[in-house]
Order: sequence, then structure tokens, then C-alpha cells
Amino acid sequence: MSKLAMDVPPKGGFSFDLCKRNAMLAKDGVQLPPFRKTGTTIVGLIYQDGVVLGADTRATEGPIVADKNCEKIHYLAPNIYCCGAGTAADTEAVTDMVSAQLQLHRYHTGRESRVVTALTYLKRHLFSYQGHVSAALVLGGVDFTGPHLHTIYPHGSTDTLPYATMGSGSLAAMAIFESKYKEGLTRDEGVQLVTEAICAGIFNDLGSGSNVDICVITKGSKEYLRNHLQPNPRTYVTPKEYTFSKKTEVLSTLVTTLKERVEVVEAGDKMEE
Amino acid sequence: MSHPSMDDMNLNAPHSMGTTIIGVTYDGGVVLGADSRTSTGVYVANRCSDKITQLTDNVYVCRSGSAADSQVVSDYVRHFLHQHTIQLGQPATVKVAANLIRLLSYGNKNMLQTGLIVGGWDKYEGGKIYGVPLGGTVIEAPFAIGGSGSSYLYGFFDQAWREGMTKDEAEKLVVKAVSLAIARDGASGGVVRTVVINSEGVKRNFYAGDTLPLWHEELEPQNSLLDILAAGGDGPAPMNE
Repeated sequence: MSKLAMDVPPKGGFSFDLCKRNAMLAKDGVQLPPFRKTGTTIVGLIYQDGVVLGADTRATEGPIVADKNCEKIHYLAPNIYCCGAGTAADTEAVTDMVSAQLQLHRYHTGRESRVVTALTYLKRHLFSYQGHVSAALVLGGVDFTGPHLHTIYPHGSTDTLPYATMGSGSLAAMAIFESKYKEGLTRDEGVQLVTEAICAGIFNDLGSGSNVDICVITKGSKEYLRNHLQPNPRTYVTPKEYTFSKKTEVLSTLVTTLKERVEVVEAGDKMEE
Repeated sequence: MSHPSMDDMNLNAPHSMGTTIIGVTYDGGVVLGADSRTSTGVYVANRCSDKITQLTDNVYVCRSGSAADSQVVSDYVRHFLHQHTIQLGQPATVKVAANLIRLLSYGNKNMLQTGLIVGGWDKYEGGKIYGVPLGGTVIEAPFAIGGSGSSYLYGFFDQAWREGMTKDEAEKLVVKAVSLAIARDGASGGVVRTVVINSEGVKRNFYAGDTLPLWHEELEPQNSLLDILAAGGDGPAPMNE
């Protein structure tokens, strides 16, 4: 089998061999594993000094809230952050992978990472998986060419926009942006508008909820405002105390320290050929 | 009565550009035009996208169909053209660009869903337009239209396009055509972007959506039968059975 592969000269362009395999498996009755869709509201906007990213903090497993306070704003580089919607494992894995690639690239080039570099790494990876890596991202950052904001879709297409929303709550958030966004916002106006947009998602979309996370990136600095707003506090706590059954009792304790069995010689003989 | 749920909207549907794209040659160069709507299902994901992408200094391509596929194909072709330009030692011709697009589109026809219009100017052939629709054919033509909105423009172009237009006439024609398609095609909308390419270089233009004529009462009639009859003529000659 491997000899056959060596005889055929490598072709340029795309390789869709696995598509044939998947089609064959589907014909044999093997079903693709179902995906967990995580509802989310993620947004980004460009203001006068840089970029503001925002996200809600609810992670769902079907109808259940799996995590009430998860982090959807992922670190890519000191000057680049990425909000992720879609399958949580996919967004986490793809942003970690590209963050590592960017660090290696920084070592190679000796320069600060550019947002378009992160964009290209992400879109190439997602396109090569033909949409099966279910990660919808809002990528924002400030590099030496200025502030940038991009959206990346699971199939690998990208858009460059002054304000963007993604996730199940994106329509609610986009309604806020379309009515209130203008160019040249100040930092506080930008944070306020992002908070409003995320709140629109939190209160009107069932897949989004809990708190608002914000990340403000400007030239040379970033502020990660974790839980900038907490509009859903836990208001009721049961007055009954929790009691637990008796644990296993400790009868006695005996600690034996490790004894040195081998003598280490500091300056040994040189190795000789 | 049921509310459409978020699942029905399928916001993670493949990004497609139900689109109107046009390429027209004129005496001295080409004019490329496109609308700016990118949709995911029924939601407009980007209402001001730029579908006219640069391949080289003198060759641009209009993209339609799947956004991801067309972006990746144009990225690859830009890379190959760059290499080709370095090896050739002079600017690449429009025909070479169209051929590279065709190699990718035809060679991966089972997997790709993208219709492209390649247009540009080179010193050998002047202004040229090449259409590369879904299957990967290459058609060299004086004008090309593509995308879902082009269905509404075939008759319009048969009547309105003519040989030897000036740059301004060609650009007006493109803007009017894209506006007409936007008015009738739900998957096209937003603004009209044009790119004019000739021996002097490249000029990008932008026509805001609210300045475009929307429907028949706002458009000037061309060779209208009503005007001909009102002027006292008998109208066009009757058809013979």
C-alpha cells in the first residue's frame, strides 16, 4: 500500500481523499458524531484607539448550562485576542494551536505578531476541515499597521469589519450595534456599547447568559476585564446548611523519608572515545 | 403559529455570496462591478463586503458562490501569480490569471462551489474579461455576468451593451446593472463597488446603497414603446407568422 503511494507523483492543490472515506463510511451506515452547539454572544468593535471585544459566559450542553462562568475570550498574542463561538472544544483547541504557532512565528521573525497572520493561520486550518471544526471566531487586535477586527466562519471564510457579532445571540447584539455604532468612539463609549450588545444577547437569546467579559486592546497595552458586568447574580441561597456524612477516620500517621542509596560524584572522569 | 427558532436560521450555514458580479470591457480597459451582500442562510452576515479581490497590480477577480471557497482559490492564485511574475520578470497577463483560476476550479470541481470573473489589463491584449463559472470552463468575452443576481441581467445586457464604449459609459452601465439586480434579487444588496483597470492603473469606486435607483418608476426608460408611440410612430414593424 505504501509502495503505491510512492509511485504516484504528488499533485498540487487540495487533497480531498478523506471526503471519499467519509462518504464510504456514511454508505456503510456509520453516522458522524453529533455536535454540541454552544449558544453564545460574542462581539467586537473598533474604536478610536483600538479594539474592544466582548463575550457572554454561558457554556451549554444541549438544554443544560454546563458552565455558568466560562471564558470565551481567548489569548492569541499579547496584542491579539479572539472570541470563540460554536463547539467549545473546537474554539479552545484552534485558538491554543494558533497561539502557539504565532509564538513560534514571533521567534522566527523577531517582531510583534500581526492580526492578519493570526487570521490566515485560522482560516487555512478551518478551510482544510471543510467546516467540520465548528469554530466561529471574532478576532481582534492592534499591531503596527493599526487596529483590526475580523470574523472567521467555520468553513474558512473571513470578513473584515468595523463592528461584528457572532453566535446564536449575534442578531440581538447586531441590532444594538446597527442602531448605536459610530466611528471614533472613546474607550468608555466602546466598552458601554459592547456591554449593551452582549446584554442584548444574554437577555434575549436562550443560548447566552450569565456575565459579560470585555477585553480592550490598544497600541502597546491590553485590559482583560473578566466579569466586567454581572447582571445575573445568584439571588437565592437556601437557608438550610449543607451537612455531609462522616468521613473515613484517620487512625494513625507514619511518615518515612526517602533514604539516599546512591553516591553522586560531582567531578567525574571525562568520557573518552 | 410557531416562532422560527434560532436553529432554523442556521447561523453556521456556509457563508455564501448570493451575488451580482459583472465584468465589462471598454475601449482601453475593463470595469468590474459587484454588490456587497454576504449571507449565511437568510441572515446578512456582512452588508458591505468587498467581492472584487486583487490578484496582481493589473488583474482583479470578482468572487461569487461560497465565500470560503472563493477566498481560498483567489489566495492560491494570488500566490501562484506572484511566483509567476517573479519568474517571468514582467507583469502577468490576464489570460494567465484566468488559466490559473481555471486549473483550480476545474481540477477541484467536485468540491468547490465558486463562480469567478477575472478582469484586467495587460500590454499585449489590453483590457480583457474571462468568465470562470461553476464547472471550471473559461470563457473569454467582451462582458461577463455572474452570481444569483445575474439571472435578471441577461436581457438587459443584450439590449444595453455595445462595442466601443467609453470608460464613463461602461462604468455607468455596470452601476445601473448591479442596481437592477439588487432590486430584484434577494440575495444581492448593500452597496455597489466598481474597479476600473486600464493602462494608467486601477481606480476603485463606491456607490452607496441609498443613492441607487430602486425600481422601474425611478429608472429612465430606454427606447420605451410608450415614447415611440406617443411621438406618432407606428411602433416597431409587426412580426410575420
